Amino acid sequence: MNIPAGKVDRLISLPFSKSVEISYKSLKVRFFRSMITVSSLVLAVSFLSFVLVNLDVAAGLLEHGGKDAARALLQAGYDVDAAQNMVTMSAKERWIVILSLLVCTVGIINAQLMSVTERFSEIGVMKCLGALDSMILRIFMLEAAMQGLAGASVGALLGGIVSLLTNIIRFGFNAIHDLSILSMLGSVGIATLAGCLLSLLGVLYPALLAARMEPINAIRAEH
Amino acid sequence: MSEEKRTIVRVIGVTKTFTMGKVELQALKGVDLEIFAGEYVSIMGPSGSGKSTLFNMIGGLDKPTDGKVFIDEVDISQLDAFELAWLRNRKIGYIFQTFNLIPVMTALENVTLPMTFAGMNADDAQDKGIELLKLVGLGDRFQHKPLELSGGQQQRVAVARSLANDPSIILADEPTGNLDLSTGEEIIELLQMLSVERGVTIISATHDYKMLNVSDRVVWVRDGQVDRVERREELDITVGGIGDKLAGRTNGEEKA
Repeated sequence: MNIPAGKVDRLISLPFSKSVEISYKSLKVRFFRSMITVSSLVLAVSFLSFVLVNLDVAAGLLEHGGKDAARALLQAGYDVDAAQNMVTMSAKERWIVILSLLVCTVGIINAQLMSVTERFSEIGVMKCLGALDSMILRIFMLEAAMQGLAGASVGALLGGIVSLLTNIIRFGFNAIHDLSILSMLGSVGIATLAGCLLSLLGVLYPALLAARMEPINAIRAEH
Repeated sequence: MSEEKRTIVRVIGVTKTFTMGKVELQALKGVDLEIFAGEYVSIMGPSGSGKSTLFNMIGGLDKPTDGKVFIDEVDISQLDAFELAWLRNRKIGYIFQTFNLIPVMTALENVTLPMTFAGMNADDAQDKGIELLKLVGLGDRFQHKPLELSGGQQQRVAVARSLANDPSIILADEPTGNLDLSTGEEIIELLQMLSVERGVTIISATHDYKMLNVSDRVVWVRDGQVDRVERREELDITVGGIGDKLAGRTNGEEKA
């Protein structure tokens, strides 16, 4: 057996489409579990999106409503900087958003660790069949990316819609009328992006753990 | 046995020490072994004899503390991660006691996965996968998931998967351990057929005495050492004595 030295890395391969297929199937099979993993992300991202869209609405109101709007906003609990004509998040609110995102990340790490443990033998078998560490890592990252994208976009939309509804109730239809659509889309986008990043961040450690595992330990773990 | 023997696995002075907390356990105490291409070799021994450890060394799944394992005259301790993956992918086919199919994939996908890793295109892999499943007698069930198949059928899928990249060695770790008597026999027949018709080297760790009849050689492992190596001809003479051997092993197991 003469392994052509330079060629070896190219000899073992997993096309990207195939990795996507494997990840997608794993998610589909464990649909309920994936849903629960994603649900914490949905909640955290929708909260972020809710807060950001609230700010956009407030900014719109302030811009068009002048002094009256500023008073109404102050009453509603916003930090209004009258001199610069700007509305900002209160410090407390900021902390709650950050905390909720942190808690969500820890939750994702926990869920993904469980998912990796559950699949120890599967990972071991793949390695026995010739899978490289990087392939295992890629499969887990792809799964997390899909979960992240789905969960974060649902969460961001949900948060945005809830925010619009509450603002309509609070300030009437002026809230929507004065709202800059662009900045609202921006806020929803930021929330989605943040959710995806958190999901990837949360899977990093469990996926590395899975990828580095020796196949023999992985197969033994089942017994 | 043919005159021209090519050594495919060579084990030289292999020792393996496991450290469990403060206790050091020597699972292998210097094993030398040579296995020739096309042979059907059974590694027999009671649990705790170091049989599985030796087996894992040969499969490149574990590294020896001391000594060397050569596969096709290549020292596997010198291989890097890529080369080891290549070895596992192309040179060796694994069959496990617990089948270890990937539960989320169909029988066919399980068989084609190693081919995908080897860079074969999807259509060719599909054709070859179906062909292999037909070979093991599962031609009509390739769209089933592992859990929809019986134990014997799952092990057949595993046999087909082990053949995916035409390996020169098939390592079977107690392939009949989780199967009933007749299904176990079917798997053994299948392995024997592969060994005869395809010239695949089959190395199986087992304590299933049904395996003895089909093995070219039997390696008895005891206390981390090769106790003795018997050829089938020698075994046939002592067929009446297998019961005694069984008793002997049982005592050994109690000691271990």
